[in-house]
Amino acid sequence: MKVLIWLSAPVVLLAQVLLAQISVPYERIRDANKEPGNWLTYSRDYTGQRYSPLDQIDTGNVSKLRISWMHQVNELDTLETSPLVVDGTMFITAPPNMVEAIDAATGRTLWTYQKEIPRDLRLCCGRVNRGLAILGQTVYYASIDAHLIALDARTGTVRWDVTMADYKTGYSSTGAPLAVKDKIITGMAGGEFGVRGFIDAYDAKTGKRAWRFNTIPVKGEAGNESWTGESWKTGSATSWVTGVFDPETNTVYWGTGNPGPDWNGDSRSGDNLYSDCLIALDADTGARKWHFQYTPHDVNDWDSTQTPMLIEGLVEGQPRKMVVLANRNGFYYALDRINGKFITGRPYVKQTWASGLDEAGRPMRLPDSEPSVEGKLIWPSLGGGSNWYSSAYDAKTGNYYVNVKEMAGIYHKGEADYKPGAFFNGGGQHDYKGEEPYGAVRALDGGTGQMRWEYKLRFPSHAGLMTTAGGLVFGSNGSSFFALDARKGDLLWRFEAGGAIIANPISFMSAGKQYVVIAAGHALLVFALD
Amino acid sequence: MKIVFLFSFVIAALAADTETKVKLPNSRADMIHGEKLFQVHCARCHGPKGEGSRGPTLIRARLIHAPDDAALVAVIDDGIRGTEMPGAEAMSHHEILQTAAFVRSLGKVPQQPVPGDPARGAEIYRTKGNCGACHSISGEGGVAGPDLTQIGEARSPAYLRESIVDPQAAVPEGYVRLTVVSKAGRSVTGVRVNEDSFSIQVRDDSGRSFSFWKSDVARVDKPQNKSPMPSFRGQLSDLELTDLVAYLASLKERK
Repeated sequence: MKVLIWLSAPVVLLAQVLLAQISVPYERIRDANKEPGNWLTYSRDYTGQRYSPLDQIDTGNVSKLRISWMHQVNELDTLETSPLVVDGTMFITAPPNMVEAIDAATGRTLWTYQKEIPRDLRLCCGRVNRGLAILGQTVYYASIDAHLIALDARTGTVRWDVTMADYKTGYSSTGAPLAVKDKIITGMAGGEFGVRGFIDAYDAKTGKRAWRFNTIPVKGEAGNESWTGESWKTGSATSWVTGVFDPETNTVYWGTGNPGPDWNGDSRSGDNLYSDCLIALDADTGARKWHFQYTPHDVNDWDSTQTPMLIEGLVEGQPRKMVVLANRNGFYYALDRINGKFITGRPYVKQTWASGLDEAGRPMRLPDSEPSVEGKLIWPSLGGGSNWYSSAYDAKTGNYYVNVKEMAGIYHKGEADYKPGAFFNGGGQHDYKGEEPYGAVRALDGGTGQMRWEYKLRFPSHAGLMTTAGGLVFGSNGSSFFALDARKGDLLWRFEAGGAIIANPISFMSAGKQYVVIAAGHALLVFALD
Repeated sequence: MKIVFLFSFVIAALAADTETKVKLPNSRADMIHGEKLFQVHCARCHGPKGEGSRGPTLIRARLIHAPDDAALVAVIDDGIRGTEMPGAEAMSHHEILQTAAFVRSLGKVPQQPVPGDPARGAEIYRTKGNCGACHSISGEGGVAGPDLTQIGEARSPAYLRESIVDPQAAVPEGYVRLTVVSKAGRSVTGVRVNEDSFSIQVRDDSGRSFSFWKSDVARVDKPQNKSPMPSFRGQLSDLELTDLVAYLASLKERK
């Protein structure tokens, strides 16, 4: 017993030194570019670009990248976490219910928080979690049973724990919250259970709800007429991936998911607002400034929840502030982020359901392109041209890097009876065996969506990208983690991680050394130069 | 004391947990819904009546991976590791229970005996069919074709018969024969063992394994016919086929 105490004492001492320093006021996140060695919010900064200004690891030396440390988690679910790194301390989530603080230099655990979760969760896609938010001395965690929990960043003790919604009726939470000024903004999941979606903001200190934006308007509100009968009450439109924030205009941009039931739209004629939308909200009040709907009356489960990106660029010679996104429906979109107006769009993968986008950016759906009882072959598959995992953007080159799936699905339409907490799908998808699916990392022109290069992947991948000032794009395929030359797409380095990679990479600096991090299987892998 | 108390409480809870019997629903509505779910999620492999196809027949009183109802629910929920049986991704717990109840009802259907003489079938396997040149049973035989040690467990007799007379229609998932030609001019023909974006592993017909970096590979040829197995249509009489299928269907447990 004595020996144990002796052994653990130095670790605890080190932890206190590291953690005592942690404090992340809003201004630090807003000015994230002033501290390129940290990773303070889900996408590093508020633009959603998942770009690291670190350049120690570059095209010339990336081939010497080696494992620096590994952190294994004693759980069987696959890690999908995107870590935060603050002044030498890393914060991760581990499924199904854990948050951990880790010494970023050694991989040693500093504290662990484990939430008790119910056994009768209603989940479509596993007990996953994708990350955290930090503000001040508090870490914020949206748990799988739809709670938002504030933890003391120094010790992991609970400061407050609020229930966002009742998990028994199908609500859950999987995304990283977003800290904005004095509030914690968070989405929710459950789009396969006929829930009614929302985006919430909570007072960071007290946990009191500051506002809620219901993603489906009630009767009498504008937009409700886009649903027939009572279908709006079970129309889903969830918000399960982290959004972005523009401090200049005080606007939060957040994507919404599929309408329910997913594959049978008979009971919900109309556009089904605000499903499959990008929504611009006032960060203080949650009031809607504008919305843009990518897939009106979706019947293919093409959520538009992926993290949008704020970029600046020239469009026909004029500087424009844009919000861009490679949508699950197969089209790339650039919108004016001030007024939400469509600027341009084009397919970035094979798609067979629309003849194109009209002047307002609305897709022109082809006849006979909806799921049927017998099954309808459509590109892209329900996994989409891309999915929740992050794309990346380099402002210097104007390249938008996206991990794409070239894959079709045979979409079936079935019955859907709503029962609280039960699947409410109305069909499904079978794999199409006629054409071998593949994946690719593609560099698109951020302003137009035109492809500049691609690096083909043998299998479609379900993992995010990061680009760095070292001229690199980091990505994953299956259990391989790799680096490409950001200018041409050449493969420069690869590592066989031995576990499925379904996560976004990050990079940070500790003691003058740049590290690159990816979660693979049940482990977190941290790389540095020799 | 508190710790001891807590500890014993946990043990008791665990014990109670493992002893919990799963109660399958048995109302008519549950069975009808269970059958519907079975048609959507299970019938593609196990056949519309559970008679088996690519997957084994479920018309039997004892299911190897599901000796009791709790195990059956777990199999439907999680799948079976190391086999082609996937877990139910799109079913609620209650729907899994309904599906399990329907599967159990199949076990009460009298099982059709497999016609034919397995002993004569074994003889045809060794002699006229020469199946062991490419297939192995309990480690005996070739490695070019899939292992057949437990094939009677995995496939229905009808499926086995089809794969003998029309091998192209029954290529197992992931079984790909190809020729890899390296930039250095080396050529290896065999079964793809593994492949990712950066490398490919191939086992040739003698059983040797090769691994290539794709950057070193000039080309990978995949023949149009997915299966190198010859069709035995017309090569074996109807009776011989029946006997051979009876033998293969009897291969159920690893010796």
